[in-house]
Amino acid sequence: MKVLVPVKRVIDYNVKARVKADQTGVDLANVKMSMNPFCEIAVEEAVRLKEKGVATEVVIVSIGPQQAQETIRTALAMGGDRGILIQSDTDVEPLAVAKLLKAVVDEEKPDLVVMGKQAIDGDNAAVGQMLSALLGWPQATFASKVEVAGGKATVTREVDGGLQVLDVPTPAIVTADLRLNEPRYASLPNIMKAKKKEIAMKAVADYGVDTAPRLKVLKVTEPPKRSAGIKVENAAELVTKLKTEAGVL
Amino acid sequence: MAVLVVADNDNAHLRDSTHKTVTAALAFGGDVDLLVMGAGAQAVADAAAKIEGVRKVLLADSADLGHGVAEAQAATVEGLMGGYDAVLIPATSGGKNYAPRIAAKLDVAPITDVIEVVSADTFVRPIYAGNALETVQSSDAKKVLTVRPTAFKAAGEGGSASVESASAGANGSGTTFVSEEMVKSDRPELAAAKIVVSGGRAMGSAEEFSKVIEPLADKLGAAVGASRAAVDAGYAPNDYQVGQTGKVVAPALYIAVGISGAIQHLAGMKDSKVIVAINKDADAPIFQVADYGIVGDYKTVVPELMAALG
Repeated sequence: MKVLVPVKRVIDYNVKARVKADQTGVDLANVKMSMNPFCEIAVEEAVRLKEKGVATEVVIVSIGPQQAQETIRTALAMGGDRGILIQSDTDVEPLAVAKLLKAVVDEEKPDLVVMGKQAIDGDNAAVGQMLSALLGWPQATFASKVEVAGGKATVTREVDGGLQVLDVPTPAIVTADLRLNEPRYASLPNIMKAKKKEIAMKAVADYGVDTAPRLKVLKVTEPPKRSAGIKVENAAELVTKLKTEAGVL
Repeated sequence: MAVLVVADNDNAHLRDSTHKTVTAALAFGGDVDLLVMGAGAQAVADAAAKIEGVRKVLLADSADLGHGVAEAQAATVEGLMGGYDAVLIPATSGGKNYAPRIAAKLDVAPITDVIEVVSADTFVRPIYAGNALETVQSSDAKKVLTVRPTAFKAAGEGGSASVESASAGANGSGTTFVSEEMVKSDRPELAAAKIVVSGGRAMGSAEEFSKVIEPLADKLGAAVGASRAAVDAGYAPNDYQVGQTGKVVAPALYIAVGISGAIQHLAGMKDSKVIVAINKDADAPIFQVADYGIVGDYKTVVPELMAALG
């Protein structure tokens, strides 16, 4: 089966985002960018499906600036077969991303789409579900275990209070949670090999999708700062402070 | 203007996040109706009717809705949206699962994890793990929101809304529920607890985690939380995780034991009223947000704390 894995280039998860002084957004100039951590997990899962003989081809797709090629290369070095970059220099909202991915799915006809549960920049956790709704395919979000066999995927999902198991007939959308797997590091030989793999360059206009933003960002601000706390010497002093000063006990 | 709130429930009980989402809905300034989706959920609808400010309760009751299958839930809400300008859904794992489907079907941009309703079309939401707050204005005719419950006060009781039945949407996707495995706990629910005691990687083992963190939590009547490191290492079950990728909590008191305070953890707890940190590393980032900190080994501090609590 063919597996499609959408990946996103985002600010590195170790970097603390800084708000621009003019409140127009977060300052991404000269900031380290990486593949969204949940996308790495999705790529890893797709590659494992290939290693198990379930998947025959793993196609990586990204929507973003020219530099998102690096993100696709990383996924190819992990074991992806080929890439598609839909270039866009402006930020594309989740709804438009879902529509673009639907167009790619219509063209590529994968049997499974595996993607991250959320991107750590927008924190929306929406694209997988929206893609599923647009395609009319079943969805299994927040997956911590995926078994594909006999025309269906059995997916263990992380839900509030525990775990839930669903069966979804393929084709389907699966979004990866943290505990699905531990992504591999790409080895140097594989990084070299990935340079030879094909990346098809596309533009948003190639898909006839309206990507006009529906949300206008009025401002981006810093969250309120917490006032500096104090260090106490021992547990007895802490309990006294919590009772009298803070009034929370 | 009329807005719909979808109740968070487990077929038998209404969860507190519903009351908080009603408060967010009331900020729209129009009529607020409540939708209860479930299987055999009459008791939930009756409880929902008592929430102050609710005009009426719609009960969609069907076997398809009993297990939180997103396709059926989204179809149910979508079928009702002809009569509403907005739908507000608690940003729980269940709500996050089906809300974007509704938005896609209505061809609108979902607005997720809203922490403030500025007006009927303008909302504030955290981005970048809570390191920035984004104020967005929606140009869509209908709004689909998920609401971060911890950012709103719970609406009161004392209402007496009528309960009507609503038609349940069909699953239609072939998704079938197989089983579920819930963590049994007598402690308060993490997301709604007044006090949370969380343990981190420093615990070193699952035994140590339950030996140190749980008695302290029980003494305080607190819920137990954990950092991602502690969950990944298998010291605590995954639904204990507090953070960007786990639960967001805002209790009156949050006690972090052996947690360094990584960005992703802070995103889940930095709106707590009072934060206490116990860590032997005086430079741990957790001390930058803690109101009270003790620099020391939890192995000596926690027993002392237990003793001081009497």
